[in-house]
Amino acid sequence: MKHFTALFTELDQTTKTLNKIQALAGYFEIATDRDKLWAIAILSHRRPKRSVNATLLALWASELSDLPAWLFEESHHVVGDLAETITLVLPPPREVSSETLTFWIEFIRSLDPLTVDQNKEKILWAWDRLDAMERFVFNKLLTGGFRIGVSQQLMVKALAKHAQVKENVVAHRLMGNWSPDLSTFQELVLSEDSLDLSRPYPFYLAYALEAPVSDLGELTEWQAEWKWDGIRGQVIVRNRELFVWSRGEELVTDKYPEFAVFLDLLPDGTVIDGEILPFKNDMPLSFNKLQTRIGRKTLSAKQLKDVPVAFVTYDLLEWQGVDVRGWPLHERRKQLAELCNVGSSVLRLSPTVNVETWEQLGEERLRARTLFSEGIMLKRKDSIYRDGRRRGDWWKWKIDPFIIDAVMIYAMSGHGRRANLYTDYTFAVWKNDQLVPFAKAYSGLTDEEIRAVDRWVKQNTIEKFGPVRSVKPELVFEIAFEGIAKSTRHKSGIALRFPRINRWRKDKPIHEANTLEDLVKVLESNS
Amino acid sequence: MALLEFNDCGIYCQLADVYLDPWKPVKKALITHGHSDHARWGHEQYLCTVAASPVIRHRLQLTTKLQTVEFGEILTINGVQFSYHPAGHIPGSAQIKVEHKGEVWVFSGDYKVQPDNISEPFELQRCHTFITESTFGLPIYKWEPQQAVFQEINEWWRKNQGEGKVSVLAGYSLGKAQRILRNVDASIGKIFVHGAVETTTQILRAQKLTLPETIRVIPDMKKKDFEGALVVCPPSAVGSPWLRRFDPYSLGIASGWMNLRGARRRRGADRGFILSDHADWNELNQVIRGTGAEKVYVTHGYSEIFSQWLNENGIQSEIVKTQYEGELSEIVEGVDHESNVVGAMDSV
Repeated sequence: MKHFTALFTELDQTTKTLNKIQALAGYFEIATDRDKLWAIAILSHRRPKRSVNATLLALWASELSDLPAWLFEESHHVVGDLAETITLVLPPPREVSSETLTFWIEFIRSLDPLTVDQNKEKILWAWDRLDAMERFVFNKLLTGGFRIGVSQQLMVKALAKHAQVKENVVAHRLMGNWSPDLSTFQELVLSEDSLDLSRPYPFYLAYALEAPVSDLGELTEWQAEWKWDGIRGQVIVRNRELFVWSRGEELVTDKYPEFAVFLDLLPDGTVIDGEILPFKNDMPLSFNKLQTRIGRKTLSAKQLKDVPVAFVTYDLLEWQGVDVRGWPLHERRKQLAELCNVGSSVLRLSPTVNVETWEQLGEERLRARTLFSEGIMLKRKDSIYRDGRRRGDWWKWKIDPFIIDAVMIYAMSGHGRRANLYTDYTFAVWKNDQLVPFAKAYSGLTDEEIRAVDRWVKQNTIEKFGPVRSVKPELVFEIAFEGIAKSTRHKSGIALRFPRINRWRKDKPIHEANTLEDLVKVLESNS
Repeated sequence: MALLEFNDCGIYCQLADVYLDPWKPVKKALITHGHSDHARWGHEQYLCTVAASPVIRHRLQLTTKLQTVEFGEILTINGVQFSYHPAGHIPGSAQIKVEHKGEVWVFSGDYKVQPDNISEPFELQRCHTFITESTFGLPIYKWEPQQAVFQEINEWWRKNQGEGKVSVLAGYSLGKAQRILRNVDASIGKIFVHGAVETTTQILRAQKLTLPETIRVIPDMKKKDFEGALVVCPPSAVGSPWLRRFDPYSLGIASGWMNLRGARRRRGADRGFILSDHADWNELNQVIRGTGAEKVYVTHGYSEIFSQWLNENGIQSEIVKTQYEGELSEIVEGVDHESNVVGAMDSV
């Protein structure tokens, strides 16, 4: 645990990629293979299940530090993180720990089947032998949500450096279903054969286009497609088995029973990339419809009938059991088109947008909303399929968002990097002379603006409710959003998709903010 | 009539017609220390300790309007006795004791108990009523002894030196900066300071505070001048182009707020050193018990929470709204103590 805690401390103390890679590589040099595997697992969000609930942890920590529960709770609001709050209030440990990371992971996993009293005894034993930083790491492993500031890409770099294996090979091996229990470091990183049938390829992700589109050169070198507003997915058919992965590396095969037909449509050794979209009568539906299906454990017959899904595919990654990511896009596309030419309503080839000039493409882009598309994807025709987010070959050219001016009426303190700082705001628009809340947003301001708003909030609070403050209606912000839908769950009767702060309208008095009527007009003209 | 009361201008003693650390212009102001939220512009008369006076005189450009007293000296105004006692916050900082017909009130100003090697050590005063700050009035704030923090700072400086980086450390130009200068291992390398730090440092040096040699950063200096050096600057310099000249550098911030990981991370500092000039949770509790006060007024900081805690523990307590900025001035990072914070907000 000492080594891993030191690694965490080092990673936490730097924002520079190079230092992070160095720290990771340094850790891989000294850690045991078992600990290494767990470190990789933790850094790629494969953590032991939460085995003790947060309320109990808070209770035990406040008992141990002789604090009333309300005071612990207030402290928690200020810190914004349970694991850290516990770490800060506990009395210093009386013992020292020399146990390994693997020991503590096993320890946390051993909590699961036991009774509350036994769990308590064990946790108190642990807290009494871990120093402050070790406690924090331990608590984080216990409570989940451990953000360490290391992207998958960064870890892949460090691991590749350590194991002397190519980055893209490491990236691929770390995908999908592996568990530190079942693998050894040898098998996971160093061995040549892939045992895992379900293992997906790393997704290739595009950056948003910022420069004028004509800077991309000749249109003939580019393939334009619609950018779909669904769930990015990868479909794998191998050895007469079907696996559907979402971009979050979650296996979602069971959530989309419609895709069972792929076993008939796709031969073994096929992997395709695309978008899971709600699709009915040959038309995509709004993403909001899909949201009613996400997160459900069981799907009713009605849901399946009301919101059927299709897989709109745009790339071929594996063909006849061979990794074809190195083929140029036009060749992958040709093979993919052949594969999709089976007249299925579930397996659909994402159409290309065929125009002569960038201007014409710009005009097409304006049509995107009517197709429930978010804009245009541009892909270089001779590009290979790369891994992770990369510049150069793929770009997303999204349509401009909707814009509305709104008044801030509540502020809440943030978490993590934004703990103890009022960063999460609730916005309202006018309905007659009332301000009706309609959206929450917490991004889009610069750090300097956040500090200024934070100060303003502290000086203009009307009432406090736990971490939330109601504030004097005075500040106006421009809110951007991607979509709008009716909602019965919200007071305003509408729900926005991806609302965020576009800018602070210091020039606008509150009576110039938009009205609910304005929002309803946007809703009506877009459905 | 209470001996001290709280009104729009500040903490008021009607019997003597004087204010303690008032925030609006008044006739006579008794000042605890030179930080800008306690020593403000525009009063007709100022009274502070001899030790606090040079900084206050300089900052507020006072010539004739400032009177001084020694620590412990009793000053009687209209039958009310006033005396100043070390608060341990910064050099010259005081608690103000007010006594009338056997009734004793103490206003703490800002204070800390842990010795810092530059401030007159905190002296506990028994009283009936205590007016306390609560900047760090939550059980999550518990400071390590300063030796441990300075060991970390020294190690960080040495490590940076080894990596060819300048060590830039931000701390308030009055108090924190000199505490750093006094306690850091000056044998490691040269120490440079920002102009704002140098001004205050010179004033304190003239008061016989022994501090290592410092070099003021001036525009003509070249990168190689700073090789292996420590640079002490105010927090307002963080994120400003002023820092560019030191590249490559490692940025450290010395503040009690660095106790929280979120605060450390959002400043984009490489290192946060938990070094505060305010009492931590244990010190606040220890001092309040020690005063024997029956009634405690809680001013700036986590006042509501801290006051509730005192009430639950058998100490009658109330919140007082003041314009001291213990919370604001440090929480809202990037704003220096010496800049007029309220004014800065108005210009937004």
